[in-house]
Amino acid sequence: MNEFLQFTLGGVSFGMVYAAIALSLVLIWRGTRILNYAQGAMAVLTTYIALTVINHTGSYWAGFVAALAAGLVLGALIERTVIRPVENRPPLNAVVVTIGLLVLIEGVVGIIYGGQYRSFPAAFSVTGLHAGSVPLGISRNDVFVAAAVLVVALALAAMFRFTSAGLRLRAAAFNAYAARLLGVRVGRVLTLGWALAGLIGALAGLLVSPDTFLYPSSMDSIFVLGFTAAVIGGLDSPVGAIVGGLILGVALNYVAGYLGSNLVLIFGLIALVAVLMIRPSGLFSVSHGRQV
Amino acid sequence: MTLLRHLVAAVVAGAVIWALSVQLNAFRDFQMAEIAVYVVAIAGLSLLIGLSGQISLGHGAFMAVGAYTAALLMLHLNWPLWAVFPASAAVTAAAGAVVGLAAARLSGPYLAGATLMLAVALPSLAFQFPGVFGGDQGLSVTVTTPAALGATFPPTRWLAWVCALAALITLVILANLARSRVGRNWRAIRDDPVAAALSGLNVGALRVLAFIVSAACAGLAGAMLAITTSLVSPGSFTLSLSIALLAGAVLGGLGTLTGALWGALVIVLVPTYVTDVATSHGFSGGVAANIPIAAYGVVLIVVMLIFPQGIQGGLRRLARQFMPTPPTHLGPPGRRPPARSDEDLDSPYRRPPVSEHQEEGTS
Repeated sequence: MNEFLQFTLGGVSFGMVYAAIALSLVLIWRGTRILNYAQGAMAVLTTYIALTVINHTGSYWAGFVAALAAGLVLGALIERTVIRPVENRPPLNAVVVTIGLLVLIEGVVGIIYGGQYRSFPAAFSVTGLHAGSVPLGISRNDVFVAAAVLVVALALAAMFRFTSAGLRLRAAAFNAYAARLLGVRVGRVLTLGWALAGLIGALAGLLVSPDTFLYPSSMDSIFVLGFTAAVIGGLDSPVGAIVGGLILGVALNYVAGYLGSNLVLIFGLIALVAVLMIRPSGLFSVSHGRQV
Repeated sequence: MTLLRHLVAAVVAGAVIWALSVQLNAFRDFQMAEIAVYVVAIAGLSLLIGLSGQISLGHGAFMAVGAYTAALLMLHLNWPLWAVFPASAAVTAAAGAVVGLAAARLSGPYLAGATLMLAVALPSLAFQFPGVFGGDQGLSVTVTTPAALGATFPPTRWLAWVCALAALITLVILANLARSRVGRNWRAIRDDPVAAALSGLNVGALRVLAFIVSAACAGLAGAMLAITTSLVSPGSFTLSLSIALLAGAVLGGLGTLTGALWGALVIVLVPTYVTDVATSHGFSGGVAANIPIAAYGVVLIVVMLIFPQGIQGGLRRLARQFMPTPPTHLGPPGRRPPARSDEDLDSPYRRPPVSEHQEEGTS
């Protein structure tokens, strides 16, 4: 029973990271109908930037802020330079371009920082917490991970709901043509969407790297699991992304705990295929005629 | 006729390869075998994307299936090469059928994501079952050169011959398939699935078939890679392999078999060259190894944004500009039918530009 509790709580912490990646994918998907396969690689780059800043200033939080800012800029930059030309092309063009970005960024990171595994500091203590004498299987840092993603998700929801930029984002995603007629600068709004997605991806990179170590392809498996979480939740739904991430995180932590960590990705693959076969629009999405 | 022409082309290519292989040193022979491996894998992928309109980012995983199948058959059952190759292709084709059944219902970004996950996830099986797959170390494979060739015959030359022969046979089969009813049906479902279904085509079955054929090619390529590098380990089948294959297919020109050759040449020769240059300029090995990876990224982005039809598409446009009107057509003098060479299988990314046809028509 103790074990079960530990696996569940640990899974929540992982699940929130998947949720963050899923959230960034959903943000871009809603605006541009593009899946950003480079999201993981972008997070690797921003996390390396954080590591550099931390090593120079000695402050974790300076690196934290630097990575988030870098994510914001990187997202906007990528949208403006290489995504804009493929936005209204057949979907495969965008797939190939973002895959190209994925390897380009990983290659560049490898050239600059080398391929060796580096440890990345955690924000808070990683020693396990206890409730009385019962070990909970999570640390202060795990609590921070879950809280950070939750705060960002709530801030994002508030922005969408209460600010005029959020209204424009929703309008552009709902009907770009009508939004344009009503005076929304759709191009700028899409750039903003990519920038915000870059920020959330950067957050995911910062949060997961203490667990996975940092190397050029360290986010590959996190990214595919985040993608799975997004599909579980339905690619259109931010709430679905969070719930999908939590479900996947907890389920895969049971797999890792009871069956062995090598099987995590295989079960992720099975979950992805199962969802796509049975309910391709995801658990939280309104169904359309053909979406997949 | 078509079959005959493809066979003649294959025999000529075989003669050229034989003449080349006896001139080259052992390392170049090894590279030739590698090129043959990548030609087969890229041709299969290019056919899948360019003809049936489905994308796969998981072909590295299919190559892994083929390679491990070959290694296990040779290690435990001592099967000869001529039996190992088809068996590996068949096993991988079965895996392709499973993936294809799932894939047939998905389109574009979803399919790409699912196959990406396959590429990332599959190598972890080797760690889960180290007893069967050898874990991180992998399985080592040895191929003996036939005694008839003499004791001093370079083993890499034998490998180059075997791989080139397998590649040529595969290409002839694929070329005929692409020109056959099946190939035409694939193009029909790619361009407009609804119209194709209304015309009586079974869209789902055709999509699955494309995946089976493509996976069989990848499996064969995996088996060839296993004997060429004499080692099968999870480290050889990372996501970068899948993406290198995609880069090769996109660069060469999607849907063309000649394009697969250009793609394979670039994928094999350029990284070796770049790494040599980089190390000789004093960069560390880690940096040099990452330059080709970044280059694949640049290739994918630039080709997609600027010339989506790849090298083969560019060559064809050049040929059309410099070559006179083919004399075979029976139209009114001065008018040409829309230029379309025998191998023109189109890319799904750009329909034949309308303006180009008009210019040709009025010239």
